[in-house]
Amino acid sequence: MRIALEKRDSKSRKMAVIIPLASFVISLILGALVLAASRSNPLQAYQAMFNGAFGNARRFQYTIVEALPLLMCGLGVGIAFRLKFWNIGAEGQYVWGAIGITWVMQFWKFVPIPMLLPIGLLVGMILGALWAGVPGFLKAQWSVDETLTTLMLNYVAIGLAEYLYINAWKAPFGNMGTPEFPRETWLPPVWGKVHSGIYIALALVVILYFLLYKTRWGFELNMIGKNPRAARYQGVSIKKNIVIAMLLSGAICGLAGSVNTAAIAHRLTRGVDGGYGFTGIIIAWMSGLNPFASILVAFVMAALTTGADALQIAMRLPESMGEVLQGLVLIPLLAGSIFVEHRLVIIKKEAV
Amino acid sequence: MEHITKHFPGVLANDDVSLELYPGQVLALLGENGAGKSTLMNMLVGLYRPDSGSIYIRGELAEIHSPQDSMALGVGMIHQEFKLVGNMTVAENIVLGLKELSFVPNMDEIRSRIRELSKRYGLQVDPNAVIHNLSVGEQQRVEILKLVYRGADILILDEPTAVLTPGESRDLNEILKIMLSEGKSAIFITHKMDEVIEFSHKVQVLRRGKTVNTCDTTTVTPKDLANMMVGRDVLFSLDRCPYNPGGVKLKIDHVTVSNPLGNRPYLDDVSLEVHRGEIVGIAGVAGNGQTQLTDAITGLVPISAGTIQIDGRNMTNATPLQIIRAGVSHIPADRGANGIVGDMSVGDNLAMKKYRTKEISKGMVIKRSFLRAFADKLIQAFVIKTPDQDTCVKFLSGGNIQKTILAREIDSCGGVLIAVYPSRGLDVGATEAVRQNLILQRDKGNAILLISEELDELQMVADKIAVMFEGRIMGIRNVKETNTEELGLMMAGHTEARRDA
Amino acid sequence: MEFLTRLLAATIAMGTSLMYATLGEVYTEKSGILNLGMEGTMLMGALAGFATALATGNLFLAIIMAMIIGGLMSLIHAFLCVTMRANQVVSGLAITMFGTGLANFLGQRLGPASNNYNLIGTNLQAKFDNIAIPFLQDIPILGAFFNVSILTYALYIIVPFSWFYMYKTKHGLAIRAVGESPKTAAAMGLSVFRIRYLYTIIGGMFAGLGGACLSLSFTPSWNDGMTGGKGWIVIALVIFATWNPGKAVIGTLIFGGITSLQFSLQAAGVRMVIPTQFLAFAPYLITFLTLSVMTIINQNRKGAYAAPSALATPFAIDDK
Repeated sequence: MRIALEKRDSKSRKMAVIIPLASFVISLILGALVLAASRSNPLQAYQAMFNGAFGNARRFQYTIVEALPLLMCGLGVGIAFRLKFWNIGAEGQYVWGAIGITWVMQFWKFVPIPMLLPIGLLVGMILGALWAGVPGFLKAQWSVDETLTTLMLNYVAIGLAEYLYINAWKAPFGNMGTPEFPRETWLPPVWGKVHSGIYIALALVVILYFLLYKTRWGFELNMIGKNPRAARYQGVSIKKNIVIAMLLSGAICGLAGSVNTAAIAHRLTRGVDGGYGFTGIIIAWMSGLNPFASILVAFVMAALTTGADALQIAMRLPESMGEVLQGLVLIPLLAGSIFVEHRLVIIKKEAV
Repeated sequence: MEHITKHFPGVLANDDVSLELYPGQVLALLGENGAGKSTLMNMLVGLYRPDSGSIYIRGELAEIHSPQDSMALGVGMIHQEFKLVGNMTVAENIVLGLKELSFVPNMDEIRSRIRELSKRYGLQVDPNAVIHNLSVGEQQRVEILKLVYRGADILILDEPTAVLTPGESRDLNEILKIMLSEGKSAIFITHKMDEVIEFSHKVQVLRRGKTVNTCDTTTVTPKDLANMMVGRDVLFSLDRCPYNPGGVKLKIDHVTVSNPLGNRPYLDDVSLEVHRGEIVGIAGVAGNGQTQLTDAITGLVPISAGTIQIDGRNMTNATPLQIIRAGVSHIPADRGANGIVGDMSVGDNLAMKKYRTKEISKGMVIKRSFLRAFADKLIQAFVIKTPDQDTCVKFLSGGNIQKTILAREIDSCGGVLIAVYPSRGLDVGATEAVRQNLILQRDKGNAILLISEELDELQMVADKIAVMFEGRIMGIRNVKETNTEELGLMMAGHTEARRDA
Repeated sequence: MEFLTRLLAATIAMGTSLMYATLGEVYTEKSGILNLGMEGTMLMGALAGFATALATGNLFLAIIMAMIIGGLMSLIHAFLCVTMRANQVVSGLAITMFGTGLANFLGQRLGPASNNYNLIGTNLQAKFDNIAIPFLQDIPILGAFFNVSILTYALYIIVPFSWFYMYKTKHGLAIRAVGESPKTAAAMGLSVFRIRYLYTIIGGMFAGLGGACLSLSFTPSWNDGMTGGKGWIVIALVIFATWNPGKAVIGTLIFGGITSLQFSLQAAGVRMVIPTQFLAFAPYLITFLTLSVMTIINQNRKGAYAAPSALATPFAIDDK
């Protein structure tokens, strides 16, 4: 008698819905255990987190603001994932976006003020694109493993950014950070704390949905991701598409960095590597590469973060609880992901 | 092995097959693809379990549940795909997983034992060589050494000479002779008649899961074997228009495709012409260059010499997309891996050739409504059985997957259709559909190249047959002017000149 | 001279922590599992070690706890990746997220009541001090190798042994086969599952130990996120060392040296030709370049420089 995993003959829709929900519940239970073990009341803590994320209009706005860069990075990474290309370099591409817009704001004095923002965003996209394009090209041309290259390049970007905001581009006063961007270039607010970056993010969702699901190119990407050999037989160029997809992926993550910098920090400074890139990878994976699903996932992850912020104030609990919960959601999700395509069977002793 | 029967979903792989092997004997298991030879042997080495029947080794009933069990009983198998770790040495590969190995293996001792065994059997191999630096023939010798080192008495070799040069084949023969003299025995799985004659004492022919005949090799000729393996001549003929070929559509002119790993080229000075309204069949056992030929035509493999012309235009080394645009449709071998994207829907798969055209997209955008209408049309026309066009194509039966591919390729065919082993693994009904479609396309005036292992299929469907062996064309005949024996001989490497030898 | 000796001492001290974790990850990756959860695992190990030492004053127990916790973290990863065949990259990132969050969280809840349960700011009575070997420690510069904590001395034996284990024993052979070609290994009778589980867990134990080296020896204290990205340097180190335990020593010294140089320069406020931040990302850049160049050069051959071929690909027994 043994238990084995057997491939199903069709994707289980049921599982695709049950697993994420079950994972969320499991994570709440496990999180409660952690809280209880550290002398805190789980119910109270969860209440505080919920309030922290959604309690009032302002908190809700903070949650949305937190979700925007997550969403964009998730979208960016998602494009690469479509090709089964592991773009782990989202964090670095995000940072380049921040660097790019800072560069424009600080040094491109010849640009008229109203144009600073759009050009800054564009430059951020280009730099992010290039940072992703290099590992993409290396993989397409010479099969250099993309997981490792993109991962390494993250820290090069982060280090470079640190050099810029501590050293080369530092504002004359204060400990660190570049000078503030001109006020006119700050992204105008849309609703309270929510800035107009939300338009960009939502536009991205629609554009990407269109690109991936409605265009010929999206069709080809799908083919390559699911069966590159068959794609080749149909005349699709694998190399070209890897590079293009990576450029686009990096551009979007870069855009996330530029937008967020223009909207929140208004300068390049410590904290630019806030983990949006890495979390974006997880969001891409969780949302099954569907841009609309990414909205929901990004929102939930953001809620966990802002909720955890409130924990610190309300119950003097470390905000790292948010990270704990985020990790805890993933673990059952990862374990359960196999059940969408496989099922458990019990094999009795086989006849000889 | 007595009365072995084995079912797989949808297929009776072995039907009451019995087999006997004596010490010092080589038994050849002959049959076409799908005849059941590998399945039978896989049961002997514990990879599958028979549904009924029993196995006796040295007179005792054997319970074989895993390769380790069979190895313990002295039975070892060398698969077509070698089980070797590329970047480790010969010695390391030979002792990998050996239970008696000490914590710190004495590699010197192991190496000298390997050398000793090498000398004894004539298996020239350097224990320190790294596997991926070795030629295929040398790697095979490592596999043999692996079995011998572990005390195997009964060696099963799966298509052993498929990857060897004639010289290496002769070496293999010498090696086997030495082993046989010690009382070891071997079973060859093969579909090369030459191999049977050269190597074996006894031959057992399987066809569609059943034993057709078992006899002493000295009493049969290749012609007899070909007949037994393939069956009678043409079973029945299909309706078709009279043979009236048009101009040359596809011309393959002295094409050579080199093999970067040395050995011999995949394609060696191959020349062939396919006319409009004609089906040219390529016969030959799989692995003699057929896929390289089709890959060369479709632009997937670089051509080192010669030209390929379509309608007189030079399409040598063009990109796959250019070749598709030149009107070439391709039904690839191994349809699951190459012909469809399993995780995409039936509709999407049907659209994979024409999605660039106005029939399905407007500019950049794929109009889903067009695609759906297009797919529905094809599903109806080709009677593809599927719950709906959104089902993932990998869930369809083999026959329906092939119909999907057929539908797509035939619908978009611009004059040239290449079909590679199209009826492999299909049941009678599906096979019928495939063949009728090919003939229909030929009647419409398309040029068709059909690669098939089944001579009766070629005799039924093709107008001309070319036989490939070891990357060369052995001969081209009009189907009405030849017969199974002649074709079988060419498939085994005999040319006209050698026929009388 | 003084400066070099001090630099070497700092390098060795930090290198000890890196070395343990790197050894662990080398074994894990050689068996085919990519464990990006190093950062979280090391931090949890650091926490476990520190908390235990603070509570019991028993350093030996602290090390054991660190290893157990590290092993548990990797057990989760092994379960997800080997049994459940999940995406190894996401799993590793999840473990890092979880481990980092949990460590930071518990770091503020496991402390003495007197300090508001916070571990930050507590003082460790027991810690791993340096033990000097007379005479040897007076050798100019290299003497630094003989004035180190017992954790480092242990490495002098463990590292050669792990190289030996990997390349000269039958277990090392098995690991390498599993990481290169699991199908072949399975055909030869090895249990791919068992080997991958075992070495992933061992990898985690070593990572936990590496983390404990930080909190019990290098900077005997506890702070939020005190591993400061060392887990990622470990990942880079494994690649740079081409998955070879022996070469990992050189890599550790180089990378550790660069990082130590960076810190001492920062502390001294020295402005050098090469800005300190460049030193910070140098290890990653070097690794990126080395990996790319080596892959390009070794195009058709899988030399000794390539990653284990089956790295990060799930293995299912029933895949025939």
